[in-house]
Amino acid sequence: MATLTRTAPPSAAAAAYPPGHEPVHNFFHEPGPGPEVRGFARFRAVAWEWMTTVDHKRIGLMYLTAVSFFFALGGIMALLVRLELFTQGETIMGADAYNRVFTMHGIIMVFLFIIPSIPAALGNFLLPIMIGAKDVAFPRLNLMSWYLYLSACVIGMFSLTTLGVDTGWTFYTPYSKTTSTAVLAVGIAVFVAGFSSILTGLNFIVTIHKMRAPGMTWNRMPLFLWSIYATSIVQVLATPVIGITMLLLALERILQIGIFDPALGGDPVLFQHFFWFYSHPAVYIMILPGFGIISELMGTFSRQKVYGYRAIALSSVAIALLGFMVWGHHMFTSGQSPVSSVIFSMITFLIGIPSGIKIFNWIATMYKGSVWLRTPMLYALTFLFLFTIGGVTGIMVGAIAADIHLHDTYFVVAHFHYVMMGGTVMALLGGLHYWWPKMTGRLYNERLGQTSALLVFLGFNMTFFPQFIMGSQGMPRRYYDYPDMPWMEPLHQLSTIGSWFLASGLMCVLINGIWSLRKGKPAPGNPWGAATLEWTHASSPPDFHNFHRTPLVTHGPYDYEVLFSGDGLGGDGHRTPDVRVGVPQNEPSIEDGTRQPTKPTP
Amino acid sequence: MNERTSFWSEGASLWLPPQRSTTAHEIDAVFNFILYTSTILTLGVAAAIIYFAWKYRRRSPLDHPQVVHENKLLELSWVVLPTIMVLVVFFWGFRAYVGTSIPPTDAYEIRVRGQQWFWTFEYPNGSILQGEVYVPAGQPVVFRMTSRDVLHSFFVPEFRIKNDVIPNRSTNVWFEAPQEGTYQVLCTEYCGTAHSNMGAKIHVVGRDEFFAYLRDGFPDQQADLPLDQVGEQLYTSKGCNACHTLDGTPSVGPSWLGNWGRPRPGTAGSPVMDEAYVREAILAPNAHVVTGFQPQMPSYEGLLNDRQIDGIIAYIQELNGVEPTGGAPADSAMTGDSVIVPGGPTTPRATPPTAPAN
Repeated sequence: MATLTRTAPPSAAAAAYPPGHEPVHNFFHEPGPGPEVRGFARFRAVAWEWMTTVDHKRIGLMYLTAVSFFFALGGIMALLVRLELFTQGETIMGADAYNRVFTMHGIIMVFLFIIPSIPAALGNFLLPIMIGAKDVAFPRLNLMSWYLYLSACVIGMFSLTTLGVDTGWTFYTPYSKTTSTAVLAVGIAVFVAGFSSILTGLNFIVTIHKMRAPGMTWNRMPLFLWSIYATSIVQVLATPVIGITMLLLALERILQIGIFDPALGGDPVLFQHFFWFYSHPAVYIMILPGFGIISELMGTFSRQKVYGYRAIALSSVAIALLGFMVWGHHMFTSGQSPVSSVIFSMITFLIGIPSGIKIFNWIATMYKGSVWLRTPMLYALTFLFLFTIGGVTGIMVGAIAADIHLHDTYFVVAHFHYVMMGGTVMALLGGLHYWWPKMTGRLYNERLGQTSALLVFLGFNMTFFPQFIMGSQGMPRRYYDYPDMPWMEPLHQLSTIGSWFLASGLMCVLINGIWSLRKGKPAPGNPWGAATLEWTHASSPPDFHNFHRTPLVTHGPYDYEVLFSGDGLGGDGHRTPDVRVGVPQNEPSIEDGTRQPTKPTP
Repeated sequence: MNERTSFWSEGASLWLPPQRSTTAHEIDAVFNFILYTSTILTLGVAAAIIYFAWKYRRRSPLDHPQVVHENKLLELSWVVLPTIMVLVVFFWGFRAYVGTSIPPTDAYEIRVRGQQWFWTFEYPNGSILQGEVYVPAGQPVVFRMTSRDVLHSFFVPEFRIKNDVIPNRSTNVWFEAPQEGTYQVLCTEYCGTAHSNMGAKIHVVGRDEFFAYLRDGFPDQQADLPLDQVGEQLYTSKGCNACHTLDGTPSVGPSWLGNWGRPRPGTAGSPVMDEAYVREAILAPNAHVVTGFQPQMPSYEGLLNDRQIDGIIAYIQELNGVEPTGGAPADSAMTGDSVIVPGGPTTPRATPPTAPAN
């Protein structure tokens, strides 16, 4: 109905757009109410349309908004935690408040931010476009996942802000059994969020298996999708275990059935096994999609085939499967049998190898390439450096003897922040800048983007590197105060000051995003010269149905030479939308003044 | 006693605390080996990133690089070499673990109990110490540990030992400290409000000294202090600060400030807070639970001697601006009376509380 009543804006360039690809035709506006609907009625119609949408792009953007909100909220909690540790004794809050704040930081960051971040936000938006499909396999199920996630957020936020929880995000028994805080309600939130995660994973697996465009073979799939595929397998197989664990915890608290509480004849270490049987694979739910983004960025910004495509693709799957067999390395000092500690340590080292292979492959991708240091690439290189540190310190805590000393100290805190924040969040920020023009149709400010990358890099290292030293010197984690180690204070202060730099870097990203939405220049279809379908076959932002014709895929995701030798035709002989490198969609040059190539070079 | 007071204390490096047990060097060897190889690897990665990013930087938007074909030998090398490296690290870590985790059969055994939020140590002869423990130098010592409530974890950085302490289960750590000194015990498993205050001190003393203490009683570090200062030290060393504030705000338990001389309505009537009341609250805390609080405090019977209880009373009185009333004078130092031998003379009971427990 809408297309009947709307016309393209009267601009000189508009004539160059193929019918149906005028900038106004995109998923933001379509289907949408006609222009005759005005005022509050229009607002209501648009709001209802977004709330009931089954479009993967809109659902992806809604996820993106939500996870950004929770990232900011969890980040504020982190700043409060760091500020409290700035001086000995009470700085800004008491011990009980501190325990609630660090627990809130952990729960928000793990369950409401990082697990849904890349798969549910970027994955939802990009997966169907990258394989040349119109939507995911089960669009309504996708909407249901979104609402499950939203309910988990509501339940979680309600209980975290009213009674609060002071168990740490790990809910270790018997403390979580005896504490009077809202463990039960937060357990329900985790349970519900788990279902959202399972349904999303299921949807993605089916979509990748059944909905690929003609010519999109497994070996032509972008590595981002390989990693999303591996992630989805873990989501579907591991998440039920956290659901069951939370259910057992609830049964124990309500019905006093002795499962984990020794006072009732239960076994507290059993809880740790259950918890980590999910939460270790969940670490790969968090990091694998980050690997996928880095593969895309390294290829596009080096304009070079990603080195060792198959090794990277298969190592993602290897990590996903091996990831199920290493949970016991969280429990070397928990009183589990020494024999199982040794076996878990062994498998933990094996899982380090595929991660190492990826790092080497990504670096090799730059070799003889054409490295373009835009913001997304700066974040990708930051990832490579920080994730390497996260990885080698993982080897340290994986060696049993060293872990005896390092377990549950700041060393572990620094290690997993290097992996989760230095890894996943850097990849997310890189991916966000990379796909921002595609998702919003606007360019961001490159200089502000580069400033943010620099601030984040410096702030991150200043915050977390001192924590390695504090940890190996003996500073235990989850400490409100350090009365027995007053000489730690300078290091704590360094770390806290670093957190302010980190926060200001992230603030730059936020400002950049808002600026871009309001004032950013319209984005060309393919500003980076990438070779995957979302750039070569879809406009920025994409049409309501992504493509007007199903793309015919004739080359791999990193065959950049095709862009230069191509005739602008899709594999099926139709002209693709004007998104070839060199034919900007609606700008002759992009904002930094670099002209894109205007004709194929020899 | 060379307790650690600064970052750059004797024997500490940038990364690790001083080695003060016979097994610490084995764990440090694993740590340092990984540290050095990791540093080399990380610097190599960083150098490669910077070099490639510079050397192959984009010079023009028209850059059109040649496709690089994969080199099987190169790929194989970065699979095989890291595998060998991690296997070396695994076996090293495994051997060091086996070498350091099994206590020698002749180890001197001390029972350790963790509870919210303090540690108690029980010697084979029945002596009990709280918040501090004396062990002989040059003798393997094994701590058999259990918890009375939630999980705790027993960690001594200088000894490189750590193990969780679990209710209804016995776990152990062992060490042999070759030289005398005082070392800090830390709790590394989150256990609630005062997790970060759940420390203890390990005093390593000479063998002869140790057995003399065991026979005659452990030294009272506070013998020369006036009563109120005894109480002030105990406030933190015995973990009172976990639940009781000094500024009048109620926490897990009532504050020590502002209630002196006032009636305290609760489960056993409404007694007035005086000396006898405080004494009972320490020795039989759940006989009278003040309204609005949970019966959560453990009894300190056997953990505090008379002079220590008097010290706490004096400290509370001082806080509330009351002239301290009783207690033994400071010069009647009862050295060694922090040890209570079960079966020996029991702690003298307090004067009858105003409202005895029914």
